[in-house]
Amino acid sequence: MRRQPLAPDTLDATDRALLNRLQDGFPLTSHPFAEIGAEMDLAEDDVINRVSRLRELGAITRFGPFLDAAAMGGAFCLCAIAVPSDRFDEVMTLVNAHPEVAHNYERVHRLNMWFVLACDQPSQINKVADRIEAETGLTVLRFPKLKEFFIGFRVTA
Amino acid sequence: MSIDATDRKILAATQAGLPLVAAPYAEVAGWLGLDEAEVISRLDAMLSRGVIRRIAVAPNHYALGVVANGMSVWDVDDTHAETLGAQVGALDFVSHCYLRPRALPDWPYNLFAMLHGTDRNAVETHRTAVRDLLGDACRSDDILYSSRILKKTGMRLSEGA
Repeated sequence: MRRQPLAPDTLDATDRALLNRLQDGFPLTSHPFAEIGAEMDLAEDDVINRVSRLRELGAITRFGPFLDAAAMGGAFCLCAIAVPSDRFDEVMTLVNAHPEVAHNYERVHRLNMWFVLACDQPSQINKVADRIEAETGLTVLRFPKLKEFFIGFRVTA
Repeated sequence: MSIDATDRKILAATQAGLPLVAAPYAEVAGWLGLDEAEVISRLDAMLSRGVIRRIAVAPNHYALGVVANGMSVWDVDDTHAETLGAQVGALDFVSHCYLRPRALPDWPYNLFAMLHGTDRNAVETHRTAVRDLLGDACRSDDILYSSRILKKTGMRLSEGA
């Protein structure tokens, strides 16, 4: 995934308006690009070509259905470990070796390793976390979500 | 909440992205041997059941210059945490917002909110805005900036399972 900002003149005002509009949702109709075009006074082809270009430029990371993995029966848990600095690489290797570790970040804090466990069954979460504790000799703090607040995040393009 | 094998095929076919053609749902239907109306009605049903949160674009916030982020964490009075959490989650610079259990004594924080901005100053400005919103209900807070991505495979749906 592109992690560098695009040059400021890469997107024109219409591209930006389109990016903002498409964050709000995409019609579930036979000709959704035409519908977006009608709202924005653009031709269907123009909408499709602009979205293609935005995707090629890396301005869009995904375009399609966003799944609620928990609603499909998975289980997730944010976990954290305070890793001694001289053991960081060793512990990282042990943690990352578990396929249930979906992502893992180093953060600037005494609790310096934060990762998400993603399992098919809720009962597996504690098993995997216990195994990581046994392998590393370090406490794995577990922060399952109690409540999620949906999500006003929009990037203004 | 469950999905059947046909739902799963539709999700697997579209999770890398909808095809950029005039009739994308008809195109997906053609790949799977379904008709367009069934693809649309199944997607619609999964939206209403919450299996699909939305059908939309995810902008690459790095490409758009929103390159700084921090995990802000807050010790919020339990009696107000749900109400205030909903208000924090609705802010447009907050991408994820959760209530989680504390891990005392190591970790007093129960509200987690990921803050995004064009630089770290912008993130700190957002943090001040959250602090103002929480007011006296918040006893202490911290922010954890990421220094390295150690692993990122994300969640992928297998076609079979």
